Amino acid sequence: MYPDDLKYSKEHEWVRMSGDIAEIGVTVFAQESLGDVVFVDLPEVGTNVEQFAKFGEIESVKAVSDLFSPIGGKITEVNSAAADTPEVVNEDPYGSGWLIKVELNDTAQLDELMDAATYQATLE
Amino acid sequence: MSDESQDSPLKKTALHSTHVESNAKMVPFGGWDMPVQYPSGIIAEVNGVRNSAGIFDVSHMGRLEFEGAGAESFLGSIISANLPALKIGRGKYNFICNADGGIIDDAMVYRIGAQKFLLVINAGNADVDMEWINPLVVGRTDFTMKVTTNDTAMIAIQGPSAVEIVDSLSDGEASKIRRFRIGSSTVDGIPVSLARTGYTGEDGFEIIIQAGHGAKLWKTLLACGAVECGLGSRDVLRLEAGLPLHGHDLSTGTNPFEAGFGRFAYFDDPNCIAGKALKQLAEIEPARSLVGFIMTGRGIPRTGLNILEPGANGVEATNVIGTVTSGTHSPTVDGGIGMGYVERKYSETGTKIIIDVRGRPVEAEVVDTPFYERS
Repeated sequence: MYPDDLKYSKEHEWVRMSGDIAEIGVTVFAQESLGDVVFVDLPEVGTNVEQFAKFGEIESVKAVSDLFSPIGGKITEVNSAAADTPEVVNEDPYGSGWLIKVELNDTAQLDELMDAATYQATLE
Repeated sequence: MSDESQDSPLKKTALHSTHVESNAKMVPFGGWDMPVQYPSGIIAEVNGVRNSAGIFDVSHMGRLEFEGAGAESFLGSIISANLPALKIGRGKYNFICNADGGIIDDAMVYRIGAQKFLLVINAGNADVDMEWINPLVVGRTDFTMKVTTNDTAMIAIQGPSAVEIVDSLSDGEASKIRRFRIGSSTVDGIPVSLARTGYTGEDGFEIIIQAGHGAKLWKTLLACGAVECGLGSRDVLRLEAGLPLHGHDLSTGTNPFEAGFGRFAYFDDPNCIAGKALKQLAEIEPARSLVGFIMTGRGIPRTGLNILEPGANGVEATNVIGTVTSGTHSPTVDGGIGMGYVERKYSETGTKIIIDVRGRPVEAEVVDTPFYERS
């Protein structure tokens, strides 16, 4: 449910680091709480986002939620598959349901995030 | 809507433990602890109803029985239905309006005997309705009013297979009851009232049964292949069917004519409290109209969003011309659909409008409702 190689935010987003690129998505807890995801609004590539600032919106049949970036930096890529077929966020939240990639501008940001066990404890 | 933050504990329907056993996600609604969705999710539930059959616990809806020589005249004074014309075994959609013609609630009335009626009201308005009705009942000895909400369960079964399923449990008696009618029958060996009505745009029944038998019937219908459905899918289905929801599309601040349901606002009963106001409203062009619209741009409409007039270049939005009262993603239409009030001149089918999605202007178009009609 919460892979050990990821970092987590209290807003229920995850981060997978690969070099200085942070891949970002929402957790299983988030997608289950939302229910069927039917709309994802993502930012433009090349724009900047601050750590823990809003970068987009995710909508289920019933409700709208803001997406908050666990990492600040320049957005290098957005997942057009998540925008076109939002159900991938439910089906594969840690894989094909990723949302954005951000170029990490300060590694100290990672210290603000939780490991899997700590995150999971916050859900209980 | 009733206040969800009240301290009084949430009420539970006779099927509550069944929903919990099925791992439904429970939420407060109109003072009741109700299932909003089951584990398969809202979209699967909507598709289940459109393709086969779904079951809904609607036991939270208020049920009132009026019986006696004065029942017809009393009910005629509070609802907008032509009761003298309503034959035994027939139901009619109607409004409970105040003296200004504002909609306190929308309801279904059924004549279940020569001098006996069943009125089904919204759960979220039950308290407000009773505050309106109770003082009017005081001193009336020519009929009795009985609240049967807690003594009975009500299960809606809706969808193309719904009638077939209930028929199979009633020796074919169910399908003899035609659309918008009500009758007594035996389903799965249990005596029930069957109303061939619903809130999804599908054929089906609303089954009223003694509370103690509710859970058994629910499980029987489930075993017959019906899909368990919560309030989430119910809201999507009713919106796809172009049916209004009180508290959203209807309120004391709106009247039946601007909502486009003037045909359900009978006002010729001289006793009707709202009669004079409704007659006057029927004769004027409303300043605004409730319309249906589909999103042609990327976005989902939600209650409370502003509706704007398109600017000269199409998308650039300018002045506010209305408000969204219901909106969702429709799995059946595969896109964003909504209803809202707009100034009358923007209510024509095909009119381009803009929905202000939290600062993002998204194109939409006024369309005829329902959004979905069964084939």
